[in-house]
Amino acid sequence: MSGKLNSSFLTGNALSRRDALKGIGAAAAMTTAPGFVRYAQSQPSTPIRIGFQAHRTGIGAAYGRWYERTTAAAVKLINDGGGINGRPVEIITEDDGTDAARGAEVVEKFANQHHVDIVYGTLFSHVVVGSAPAAGELKIPYYVVSEGYHVASGQMNRWVLQPGITDVRAQCHAVAPWISQNVGKKVTMIYPDYAFGHDHRDFFAPAIEAQGGEVIAKIAIPPTETTFTRYLPQIPPQTDVIYHVMVGPAVLTFVKELGEFYGGGGPKLFGFIDSLEAVDLRSPGLEFLEGSHFWEGMARYRQTDASEHEIAYRDTVGLDDNGASVNDKRDVSTAGHMFGCWETLHVIKQAMEAADYKGPEDRARLVEATEAISELPESLAHPQGDKIFDGKVHQVFGRQNISLVENGTLKVVHRTSIEDGRYESDTDYTTQPL
Amino acid sequence: MTEVRSNATRIWLLHAAVIVLLLAGNFLLPEYHRGMFSRALVLATYAMGYNLLFGYTGLLSLGHAMFFAAGMYGAGLPVYHLGWDVPLVFATGIAAAGLLSLAVGVLALRTTGVAFMIVTMMFAQIFFLATLYFTTWTRGEEGLVLQPTTRAIEFAGNTISLSDPSTRYLVALTLFAIVLLVSLRLVKSSFGRTLVAIRENEERVRMLGYNVFATKLLAVVFSGLVCGAAGAAYGLLFGYVGSGFASSQYSILALLYVLLGGAATTLGPLVGTLFMFYVIDYTSGLTSAYLLLVGVVLIILILFFPKGLLGTIREKWLPWLP
Repeated sequence: MSGKLNSSFLTGNALSRRDALKGIGAAAAMTTAPGFVRYAQSQPSTPIRIGFQAHRTGIGAAYGRWYERTTAAAVKLINDGGGINGRPVEIITEDDGTDAARGAEVVEKFANQHHVDIVYGTLFSHVVVGSAPAAGELKIPYYVVSEGYHVASGQMNRWVLQPGITDVRAQCHAVAPWISQNVGKKVTMIYPDYAFGHDHRDFFAPAIEAQGGEVIAKIAIPPTETTFTRYLPQIPPQTDVIYHVMVGPAVLTFVKELGEFYGGGGPKLFGFIDSLEAVDLRSPGLEFLEGSHFWEGMARYRQTDASEHEIAYRDTVGLDDNGASVNDKRDVSTAGHMFGCWETLHVIKQAMEAADYKGPEDRARLVEATEAISELPESLAHPQGDKIFDGKVHQVFGRQNISLVENGTLKVVHRTSIEDGRYESDTDYTTQPL
Repeated sequence: MTEVRSNATRIWLLHAAVIVLLLAGNFLLPEYHRGMFSRALVLATYAMGYNLLFGYTGLLSLGHAMFFAAGMYGAGLPVYHLGWDVPLVFATGIAAAGLLSLAVGVLALRTTGVAFMIVTMMFAQIFFLATLYFTTWTRGEEGLVLQPTTRAIEFAGNTISLSDPSTRYLVALTLFAIVLLVSLRLVKSSFGRTLVAIRENEERVRMLGYNVFATKLLAVVFSGLVCGAAGAAYGLLFGYVGSGFASSQYSILALLYVLLGGAATTLGPLVGTLFMFYVIDYTSGLTSAYLLLVGVVLIILILFFPKGLLGTIREKWLPWLP
């Protein structure tokens, strides 16, 4: 055997036809293998790999489903337009289970096993906060679409950025003037008795006071409650407006019981669409919401004055006029938040192109390029509206929609200015080393 | 007599080999798996604490997440709010879990069986809700980030950062190894045999003159201390403290790890924890319906290994396994 090999090697012509055919076959098989294609092509067409931390299971699954659809639509648009720096974008999705510990594991998996360029995604604050240390230690940019105040609060690190959706503090600030001028000055707040609700309590109360209004009662509902009738009598009779931010499966019960308690009368209602994302507004029990107002990050229902960019965005994502899937009208979207995925991916594209991003060695430059972004004009990349990104606090600021429930749909009646939501912050991530 | 001595040698060799293998893992495992093992070792320590009570003493608690979280908050809050040093807060974490387990033990041990399960679950729920309620200090479900600068130990002029992957792994392994060897020593001691006797026939133990309540209380406290140490370590090593770790899910996870690995086996918690980590990690890469696959795998495991992996192996092939 070895003699034959030696002979072949020395003479150089011992390759039989069978061996040649085997070699050609093997080579053909290799070139069709996905891995081979990736490396055989020239460097510029190697995909930019983005790790998408998604809520596929757990309490955030409804958001996760629509975050995935919006992400897929945005990536298709970006790739159809030539990708980023001429390279296609590839999304690698991992389920974080809407769990903080798993979220951190997923970030590690993206960085150390999938070898992605950056990590992006996810809504629920605890997953973001739980994952942030891993992102910082691994020095991998982590773009979140969470609307939590955690980024601007300064407790994250320089690798965590939120450039595609405003935070809850800005939202509270922005809606306070309109509530004070149009709904009433005496406010009773009903909110879940944990951090999400406490953020609303702590940020909205001073904002409404600055407008000459006041919060006359703060009713915190423990997260274990499934019925709310014993809390409703605590609402002071002089209340002009009830500000409610209940979330979770019990929200339908809450609205129904609130409606039955007042029997069609009572104070006006102002809520956050977080309560009813992915829920059909025509669901039984929600008729009590007719005539009330909601904050929406982006309009669920197609508005008569929707911009061409907004219409293009809705068509690309696959939303019908009611904000449900074009394939299933019962599959209601999380329109108030999911635009953040679309816009964040476009910010990533903008920053990568500004940084001339080539690979993981350019991650620090990518963060700096993102921090250098300031104005984000309304466009197909930013269909929700123009925005201002504050590179020091790693947070974007934008316009908010206030919508009226009318005939079981939401009609935008006011759009705040960007300045309405701005607030002072001492946070400056740019002083942290990369 | 020779066989007993031979078994003892085997047992110590086996445990030493496991620790050496895990030590080698720090140098041989790919980066991602080293990170996974770091987390698994801390949670396996938590499961070992649970095993002492459930596996050896026969007390099924559904509230052990409170001890894990007590350790985590006991360490995390002083770091976050007061800037205390890591060694000190590790001690305060363990102390917090110890005190809580003593208080819960005194009250919960007045009950037995299903009532004990319910009472421990209720105490854990109170603890969980307290972490949500005191948002000003805990940030509730959102949690707190412990920055890397606060997770460093000054030692002989050097700074040891717990956010370094290798250091983290070695610290997790050290904690695991200490608890494993102490557990092994404990279950082989007269105290450990008393715990097993209580599990098998509490009335008979009482009749023999043992103070069953005091022994069980000691087991609860020891279990709480170990779980608290694991919780403190988790917060300090991975830089996050959140109320999710106090939720009932984490009480169930400890039970699951122990049942899968084998209740009342010293190495079972490690096997069960690694098994669950990798089943979830692997199946989640196959399909978005991976929880279904995890369920099927667990059912198959229970069918073929009714006493957990090591429990069944011990029953069928290796009776000397502790």
